[in-house]
Amino acid sequence: MSMAGIEGMHDAVARRWPDFFQWLCRAASLAVVGVLLWIFWEIFQQAAPALDKLGLGFLSGASWQPNRDRYGVLPFLVGTGATALIALLLAFPPGLAIAIFLSEDFLPRPVRQCIRFVVELLAAIPSVVYGLWGIFVVIPIVQSLGTWVSERSGGFPLFAGPAYGNSLLTAGIVLALMVLPTITAISRAALVAVPRVLREGAYALGATRWETILGVILPTAAPGVVAATILALGRAMGETMAVAMLIGNSPRLSASLFAPSGTLASLLANQFGEAEGMQVSALMYAALLLVALTLLVNFGGELVLRYTERRTAGIR
Amino acid sequence: MKKLILPAVVFAVGVSMVNGQQLSGAGATFPAPLYQRWAVEYNKQVPSIQVNYQSVGSGAGVKNFLQGVVDFGASDAAMTDEEIADAPRGAVLVPATAGSIVLAYNLPGITNLKLSRAALAGIFLGKITKWNDPAIVGANPGMALPDRPVNVAYRSDGSGTTYVFTQHLSAISPEFDEQIGFDKSVAFPAGIGGKGNEGVTALVKQAPGTIGYVEYGYAEQNGLTVASIENKAGNFIVPTPESGAAALASVELPENLRIWPVDPTTPDAYPITTFTWILLAKKYDDPAKAKALKDFVSYGLTEGQSLSVQLGYIPLPEAVVSRANKALSSVE
Amino acid sequence: MDKPLTHTTDFFEDGSLESGKMMGRSLVNRLLTALCIVLSFAAMIPLGSILYLVVKNGLPLLSPSVFTSLPPAAGMTGGGFGNAVVGTCIMVGLGLAMSVLPAVLAAIFICEYSPNGRLAGAVRFVAKLLTGIPSIICGVFAFAAVVTVTGEFSALAGGVALAVLMLPTILLTSEQALLGVQKAYREASYGLGATRFQTIFRVVLPDALPAILTGVMLAVARAAGETAPLIFTALFSQFWMSSLMEPTASLSVLIYNFSTMPFEYQVKMAWTASLVLVCLVTAVNVTAQLVFAKKH
Repeated sequence: MSMAGIEGMHDAVARRWPDFFQWLCRAASLAVVGVLLWIFWEIFQQAAPALDKLGLGFLSGASWQPNRDRYGVLPFLVGTGATALIALLLAFPPGLAIAIFLSEDFLPRPVRQCIRFVVELLAAIPSVVYGLWGIFVVIPIVQSLGTWVSERSGGFPLFAGPAYGNSLLTAGIVLALMVLPTITAISRAALVAVPRVLREGAYALGATRWETILGVILPTAAPGVVAATILALGRAMGETMAVAMLIGNSPRLSASLFAPSGTLASLLANQFGEAEGMQVSALMYAALLLVALTLLVNFGGELVLRYTERRTAGIR
Repeated sequence: MKKLILPAVVFAVGVSMVNGQQLSGAGATFPAPLYQRWAVEYNKQVPSIQVNYQSVGSGAGVKNFLQGVVDFGASDAAMTDEEIADAPRGAVLVPATAGSIVLAYNLPGITNLKLSRAALAGIFLGKITKWNDPAIVGANPGMALPDRPVNVAYRSDGSGTTYVFTQHLSAISPEFDEQIGFDKSVAFPAGIGGKGNEGVTALVKQAPGTIGYVEYGYAEQNGLTVASIENKAGNFIVPTPESGAAALASVELPENLRIWPVDPTTPDAYPITTFTWILLAKKYDDPAKAKALKDFVSYGLTEGQSLSVQLGYIPLPEAVVSRANKALSSVE
Repeated sequence: MDKPLTHTTDFFEDGSLESGKMMGRSLVNRLLTALCIVLSFAAMIPLGSILYLVVKNGLPLLSPSVFTSLPPAAGMTGGGFGNAVVGTCIMVGLGLAMSVLPAVLAAIFICEYSPNGRLAGAVRFVAKLLTGIPSIICGVFAFAAVVTVTGEFSALAGGVALAVLMLPTILLTSEQALLGVQKAYREASYGLGATRFQTIFRVVLPDALPAILTGVMLAVARAAGETAPLIFTALFSQFWMSSLMEPTASLSVLIYNFSTMPFEYQVKMAWTASLVLVCLVTAVNVTAQLVFAKKH
């Protein structure tokens, strides 16, 4: 958008245009808030019967039997949390490492471009393809590894057998890959935004490269990195297709990483199309929960953000 | 992006068909390959009619049909009387094709497993946990059944397949009926869920020791090994188009054409089969649309039936076709 | 990260002339670099595997004719997914057209006009919330809001679902991008007598544009590959689209449908469509990068 056209305008219009633009931005902001309220309203309206009938028992109930009108979402809550957590634990270190690589001058420019290109490709791979790939590659690995581990873990609940290929761990691993581009791209933007002055100052004082990264750059960029992680968590929780293909879709509670499980999103994907009556309502209730969970996660993240911002205020 | 869109639009409009009759349908996943094939073949015969059928699931098919967002619906679980009464445009159920539900299993070296009624119900009740359980061994004398855990694979999504399968299990096992019951989506006490027939197919293929229920066509196309199932007469029947047709021929169609051969008595009938229905409105606002729809369904009931076997479905018995045609003629 | 930075010169107190300490520091430096390399490449292995599979399984059926022909029905071979390519482009385009302007304008509002206002707080909060909404909910919402109202599955409904998906991603990344513009720039601009509006348009936006476009790209990439929001809204079609108000094919739904078919040929076609989808999004990315390169 160039100013040329605007400058060529009549003076009075040109003077009013900025005000108009500010009003436009305000309207857009209101529209964004409006969209969420609208979605909430639609979901809430459909969830109302289930909210009435099931109340909070919905959260603690561990059985999901649509044909008996029994709806308990606990296994799916646990599954959602567990898969997202596994995904973040696995994706954060490499995601941040790649972001650091891309933002610092470790590597020659062409190599950096190449890595960046691969990460962007990752973002372009559809969920369904991750699912297919998971079936071909991850499931066999997890199954044999799981059997080996569960036989040697002496009944430790986290590794209890029998080990299935379609399991919590499989979904977590594939989710980790899916959120990696999110972590990398946004962390990188935050790292690149660190003022050069800080970097040069640290070098000038004789700091090694990593002392600079750990002592100056990362703390400065921390809010951006945290934001990246939160976005990634949100994505991991909402990811549907790949998870539905890999997690085993079991409505039973289990503490084992190698047991089939389910997430709120995969539950919706699996059952919404075929649901009727109370089941639709219960699924909408589950959707509402998912939104509430993300709200909690983001709220927690927001607090962390504020804290890091305050702590690093001195060097901003 | 914008750079891409403009040529794309020009291209699309350039090659698209702008006149003629567009018919949209949605519903059951099970007959989708057949209906879509009908659409293509029929379009070759009558280029002015394009039928767009999308598989969204039986429940969604009924829902969309009732909401009037599609011209016709399709469902394996048919419609309830309430749903039919609620239909704003009225509803006519036309049986369009049929299929068997088979028990596909993965046991290396074993290709002709027989499952008694007790064994079948026991496996899905989670009570039979080993392949060498006496209940399974009993029907397979001399077979080297392994000491492997039985790994059950079921449909995690709501589906007409589950509906028909659990209906059969409830019919043969009071215990199953009481503990689990039948519906498009039930909570099996053991095993893992896969989305769609393909999900269950994949689960069965992936792990030795797995058994799951899928549509006959899927087992056929994927080369899965399937079990012979004991029917009401006590015979172990291999699922084939013929044994399926025998089951269908045994039922007496009611007035509304809605019936399941839940547990057929014919000695050579495969016990788990189902019709699947096309849902049409009693009255369409647009007579041209009504005519196009009727012509298309009529094609499916006649010439279209010959494609059934090729794609793993059971052709409808003559008697059913004539009844279906009669129902079709009541659509306006 | 883990120790408070009371004094930035902590590290370098003793002039680092003792060679032992020097050695230790450079060793730590090397170790960390090595760790970083190992982590990065560990992440690259699965990526390589995915890309390899997509290319290996997708190439056999790839030919110019797949872009100009319609999907094969069950049991048939040949054909392609021309209508799905068109449908994907159009629906993502619609989603972008509906979301990019409000998202960027709202980002400008919360960064430039009223960073500390109540509305800005609400917008930030809402955007974060929207990112967490699973894509399938966008589909359900668009079904309720568009499909039931218009009485038709349509590209428009698919576009609305994708717009809801893209909106928060674009908004949040744009906000980060605008925040990344140095204060000094703005101050210099004001110092030269520019108005706030002029500063936004001539200094802030040009500087933040690459980062904003990165966000848009992320959103486009995500939307193009989404299946869940389109299943209930745009559905699919075996035919070429003739209007925005009819069921519309898309690559992602085609991949989903075909990968779930029992027919070998359709599964191969699904891989080919995956390859095309990945290439399509990559092409968009590369185009954008070239645009940045010109700008800077």
